[in-house]
Amino acid sequence: MAKKSFRQAINEALRQEMDRDPTVVLMGEDVAGGAGAPGEDDAWGGPLGVTKGLMPRFGRERVFDTPITESAFIGCAAGAAATGLRPVADLMFVDFMGVCFDQIFNQAAKFRYMFGGKAKTPLVIRTMYGAGFRAASQHSQCLYPIFTHIPGLKVVIPSSPYEAKGLMIQAIRDDDPVIFFEHKVMYDDEEEVPDEPYVIPFGEANFLRDGEDVTIVALGRMVKFAVQASDILEKEGIESTVLDPRTTSPLDIASILESVGETGRLVVVDEASPRCNMATDISAQVAEQAFDALKAPIRMVSPPHVPVPFSPSLEDEFLPSPEKIAASVRAVMEAPARRAAA
Amino acid sequence: MQLNRDDMLRAYRQMRTIRAFEERVHTEFAAGGIPGFVHLYAGEEASAAGVCLHLTERDVIASTHRGHGHCIAKGCDVKAMMQEIYGRKDGLCAGKGGSMHIADIAKGMLGANGIVGGGPPLVCGAALTAKLLKTGGVGIAFCGDGGSNQGTTAEAMNLASVWKLPAVFVIEDNGYAESTASGWSVGGDQVRRAEGYGMPGVRVDGRDFFAVHEAAGEAIARARAGEGPSLLHLKLERFFGHFEGDAMTYRAPDEIAKLRAERDCLTLFRRRVTGAGLLDASALDAVDRETAELIEEAVAEAKAAPFPPPAELLTDVYAAY
Repeated sequence: MAKKSFRQAINEALRQEMDRDPTVVLMGEDVAGGAGAPGEDDAWGGPLGVTKGLMPRFGRERVFDTPITESAFIGCAAGAAATGLRPVADLMFVDFMGVCFDQIFNQAAKFRYMFGGKAKTPLVIRTMYGAGFRAASQHSQCLYPIFTHIPGLKVVIPSSPYEAKGLMIQAIRDDDPVIFFEHKVMYDDEEEVPDEPYVIPFGEANFLRDGEDVTIVALGRMVKFAVQASDILEKEGIESTVLDPRTTSPLDIASILESVGETGRLVVVDEASPRCNMATDISAQVAEQAFDALKAPIRMVSPPHVPVPFSPSLEDEFLPSPEKIAASVRAVMEAPARRAAA
Repeated sequence: MQLNRDDMLRAYRQMRTIRAFEERVHTEFAAGGIPGFVHLYAGEEASAAGVCLHLTERDVIASTHRGHGHCIAKGCDVKAMMQEIYGRKDGLCAGKGGSMHIADIAKGMLGANGIVGGGPPLVCGAALTAKLLKTGGVGIAFCGDGGSNQGTTAEAMNLASVWKLPAVFVIEDNGYAESTASGWSVGGDQVRRAEGYGMPGVRVDGRDFFAVHEAAGEAIARARAGEGPSLLHLKLERFFGHFEGDAMTYRAPDEIAKLRAERDCLTLFRRRVTGAGLLDASALDAVDRETAELIEEAVAEAKAAPFPPPAELLTDVYAAY
């Protein structure tokens, strides 16, 4: 099995699905690049090169550069999905949702319910998220909690190249609108990825470490940090389970509850802003449904409630890290045992 | 396109059905039987009928807050529509959409829309599907004068022009965006905006079914021929408020009575076809009677129909979850 980057894994998933199904089309700003320009065609192949080579293979009949017009092309993709295509739209940075959110949360997300189950909207919106690129406040947010909040949307946050390929193929074959989050600093991450197409189902968590002292739930880029923290802690004699939900909608809360039932301790790591994020949501569900299993208070590891800063010294301080996760786990382990319910 | 007798009768039946439907919903809403918000289309019938007479199920329309007329003209089941507006189980959207989201995708009706300007980008998508799958279909974005000022409409016009999509933008200018006069709220004019986006734009008397039908025919033929989008600006009249319950104090005291007396598209149609000897009054009267009966039945059946059971709350959110 060949090693492939996160970027290559997504590109391969798109190519294989476009080969398989002629109704799969790509659209977005610079997905090929160079439309109407005097220089090279496929000049960019996507803002960070993820869709490179797809336009030469499938032509401009299936790979559409768009004007910078997110409301129009995200809405167009929703309308095309409702009428017979399977569009994959590239909303370059998720921060740009502000200019097209209506088409996502009021239109695409709600067709099926509002129309009494008669609509099918097989739409994928790919989008980049996350800090670490020194891209500052308007190009670094996570925002997936906002999409998770909306009934009718599915939200996917792959944590590695293998995960990205299988989840992207599922996203394209899925009959509901899917928001597919790609962390911009992960594109060069590599691991072994099968050449053939495969599907990772939504709503099934992945266990990366298995330990009996504490459960660490992490998403996206934070999964790697959680694994690193788990390795640090293991040397200290703390055995942790690391769990990646893969999708926040649907969310595999059953696996989280089961793991907390075994460990009695929970740390949730989320790169999103700390209020109303996935960490608070998962913590609330565990507190509501597994309170008696908890031996210590739940801890959440998230950035502070501030916009993503620019300066490297500030951005590094802003982000969760393996060390911060390990510190939270130690705090959970050291918390006095909770008085048993009478 | 030359209209034969059957076409004209069909157009009249659609317009009369819309009028009867809306007049009755007005009365029933005032009586308290209809939940939520309704926005009525009475007075604007020549637009929906004039445009949709050119369409079949391969063609897709997106509508506005004021969507009942477009639904009827696109062939949606009138009784199922009435049940939907009453929130009943067997409504067109199983009681989950209501007046503002009434839709029937199988008929090419992509929904009324609770968001002003929500539809035009979606129509670009329907037009793209038609173009790629070579169905020969077109996408029609109905949009009010209010919606014409939304960025989504401007963006959709640009995209349709850049991609040469088989789309038509129909601006139904009834003089008011909610309570605000279009003469005040529209900068420049919409026909010149079309010119700015490199597409033909024409201004048509929206009360005149025949004028609408002819202009729409040209725009739709152009779209089907692969020549790209067009815009129609229809000046027409709204006989009721923005929403039912709107006291309409922003309108002149005698304005609506005058419009009904002098500028009613149905009266105009009847006068034209009977005056020219194209249809006789008795045929139109028969349509009036049949339509009244249909609406009477639709309301009676809707009132007697069951509401969705509580378990339906949780269905139809996803295809699979």
